[in-house]
Amino acid sequence: MTEKPEDMTCQEFQSQMAELIGSGEDVSSHPHLQTCARCRALLADLETIAEAARQLLPIEPPKEDLWERIESAIKEEESSARRK
Amino acid sequence: MPRSSSPKYTVDAPTLVTAPGAETAALAQDSPPAAQAPAAPSADAEILTLAQAGDHQAFAQLYSMHKRRIYSLCLRMVNNVAEAEDLTQEAFLQLHRKISTFRGDSAFSTWLHRLAVNVVLMHLRKKGLSLTSLDEAMEPTHDEGPGRSFGAPDLSLTGSIDRLALERAVADLPAGYRLIFVLHDIEGYEHNEIASMLDCSIGNSKSQLHKARLKLRDALRTSHRKEGLR
Repeated sequence: MTEKPEDMTCQEFQSQMAELIGSGEDVSSHPHLQTCARCRALLADLETIAEAARQLLPIEPPKEDLWERIESAIKEEESSARRK
Repeated sequence: MPRSSSPKYTVDAPTLVTAPGAETAALAQDSPPAAQAPAAPSADAEILTLAQAGDHQAFAQLYSMHKRRIYSLCLRMVNNVAEAEDLTQEAFLQLHRKISTFRGDSAFSTWLHRLAVNVVLMHLRKKGLSLTSLDEAMEPTHDEGPGRSFGAPDLSLTGSIDRLALERAVADLPAGYRLIFVLHDIEGYEHNEIASMLDCSIGNSKSQLHKARLKLRDALRTSHRKEGLR
């Protein structure tokens, strides 16, 4: 394994990416990225995916009859509790 | 924020976990576009208070306000409409049973959100998705694993991702990857919170998330290429 960060191969850098990104530090300033366009592009893509995910809105609402099911189950629970 | 030491995968009263995504969405909740401004807190608080006192109409209003978000969470986590409906139902039934225990120490939407996550996790556990399956069964082989980027320069996503393409790619993720990705990147939970919820290490959560993103990148680039060929 290469000792100096700037001498890392892409494979070495990418094997550490999960921890680097998860650490919350600014990965873009990593020495390997100063000289490697491929890994910079990879990081940019992963950041784009994470950003797009943050902006996803809730999907469509559930079917209309779901509330009827829930209401019915609540009533059943309540009447069951009263019988006890 | 670390969870309490309650048993994992049990639907206990939710602890106070800050989920930025939950907070953000709580503002919009399921309100129509015209009501995107923060809802009047006093009106929401009154509905909540009434629901806690057993008012069925108020509980129905709570359902109406939160159904979309809770259903979306369930659907994204399990990727099955019927299961997502059942889990949404179970989450609101749990809410009905436990609503009187809500003390207002966190936002109600955050509390409800965590309750729903617990419902889904318990369901997944019953189905056999344990940490073991997260670690091993979901571990891709070399043939099918997320693509690395050691070779020639790849097609970049160039800073824009189609929402539907992303939704499709997330739905196609293996269950373990999807779970971590939804909880972290979509719902906004932190790695320490996810590790606590799933009873796994923080490092494992980071690793699974990274693999999920790599797999999504592969799927999205494939989608881009196909569009480019049309």
